[in-house]
Amino acid sequence: MDIFFQQLANGLTIGSIFALVALGYTMVYGVMRLINFAHGDMVAASAFVGLTIYTQVMGQATSLVAVVAIFFLAAVVMAGVGIILERLAYRPLREAPRLSAVVSALGASLMIQNGIMLIWGPQMRIFPELIPNISWEINGVVISLIQVLILTLSLALMVALYLFVEKTRMGAAIRASAIDQDAARLMGINVNKIIAIIFIIGSSLGAVGGLFIGLYYRGITFNMGWQYGLYAFIAAILGGIGNIPGAMLGGMLLGLFQAFIAGYVSSTWADAFTFILLILILIVRPTGLLGERVAEKV
Amino acid sequence: MSDSPLFEIKDLEVAYGSIDAIKGISLEVHKGEIVTILGANGAGKTTTMRTISQLHKAKAGSIKFKGEELTKLPPHKIVGLGISQSPEGRRVFGILTVEENLMLGAFSQKKLDKKTLKWVYELFPRLEERRKQLAGTLSGGEQQMLAIGRSLMSNPEMLLLDEPSLGIAPILVKAIFKQIKQIASEGVTVLLVEQNAKAALKLADRGYVLDVGKIGFSGTSAELLASERVQEAYLGKKS
Repeated sequence: MDIFFQQLANGLTIGSIFALVALGYTMVYGVMRLINFAHGDMVAASAFVGLTIYTQVMGQATSLVAVVAIFFLAAVVMAGVGIILERLAYRPLREAPRLSAVVSALGASLMIQNGIMLIWGPQMRIFPELIPNISWEINGVVISLIQVLILTLSLALMVALYLFVEKTRMGAAIRASAIDQDAARLMGINVNKIIAIIFIIGSSLGAVGGLFIGLYYRGITFNMGWQYGLYAFIAAILGGIGNIPGAMLGGMLLGLFQAFIAGYVSSTWADAFTFILLILILIVRPTGLLGERVAEKV
Repeated sequence: MSDSPLFEIKDLEVAYGSIDAIKGISLEVHKGEIVTILGANGAGKTTTMRTISQLHKAKAGSIKFKGEELTKLPPHKIVGLGISQSPEGRRVFGILTVEENLMLGAFSQKKLDKKTLKWVYELFPRLEERRKQLAGTLSGGEQQMLAIGRSLMSNPEMLLLDEPSLGIAPILVKAIFKQIKQIASEGVTVLLVEQNAKAALKLADRGYVLDVGKIGFSGTSAELLASERVQEAYLGKKS
């Protein structure tokens, strides 16, 4: 039973990170019908940006204010990169065949990945210990402060995003643009602005995810975005790509699934089982667990 | 009608790639009028409407509303000027509620005008009954009411209605056309595109007949109804 609760805690932690990153994929897909393959590399870049902010801007301070500032600044920087990415790599191809945009996304992914390598080097870097390494043991289950923080902050961000999308005017405009861009334009909605907002939200949530990866795993590499991006992408598909609560659910479930496979089978097999899960879900429910919602006439 | 028109299209040309859809049309709408554009499938009616709202860009010519040139503006600016469109096929946001759809109709306004919402609910009481329901679960006729109601939420001076009768039960068409008349009588200028020529001419003051991208014929509704060409082509009478 110890293993169960230990892996539950671990699974919820990585699941929150997957969920945060998956939201970026799903929101962009929802409005643009485009898989932003560069998103995973943006997540990786965020960890490096956070590292640099820590050493160059904050003078290696780890006070609460400094940590909050690192998160905030990294999110702002990555939101900026996200806007530039959309302008340069995707907007010119808005009317082009889908395949062109996919190729552009893959190209952007390689560019960002190589950009990280150019700036921060190919070797693994160690992410600073921004959060004190405190942990508690409860009946043999070890839970760290970092885990608690990752889970609570992720949940808070997701609740905030959900409320923004479901309850505000701008959120309704985002949903409308995802359904029918021309009809949204007839309402006076500036769809370009909505897409920029999507990239700002997706990139900053991904940025927080990237910092969490740094905090939790400590070692960061220029090409880690590929792996985390892939997991998050699978999470988005599991939940139903385009569906915001779906990405949250998919992320959490995938995190738990991987943790339990690692705990009860072997971590070597976690990837294989992840893809088996993906294939099974796609066979049974091609639109993912929550699917793309379609209102049908009754 | 010596005063300058509220809305004016001059020598408009629109193309899809290398195919010309609109080959130089001109028309005008005066304040308070109901004007209809008739024509067969593929004549360019919907293209004209989409071009007015700037969802499609003109190749040449001008579209002016209250003296302001529209062709240079992005689509989301048009509704703010006072031209609102209920598009062909209704295009309601299916997985949003009726009320959310109406709120989005007022997106161009700084604040939601409760009076307008009340007016829309008075025009189409069915929408108020179903305001919490997802728009996609409404019947075709109800969705059309929603599309018109949504386009009224921005308090437009001119309403563009593209095929409001398309695919709707005849009894609802009657009800909807009655409400369009009501809307016009409350001061909204209406430009109506229809395949249902008989219903449209009964409602409209004037009409234009669009024939493969050109204006084939125009006149008052009475003139159009009496014209042999219109009768043959659109009213199903053999001469």
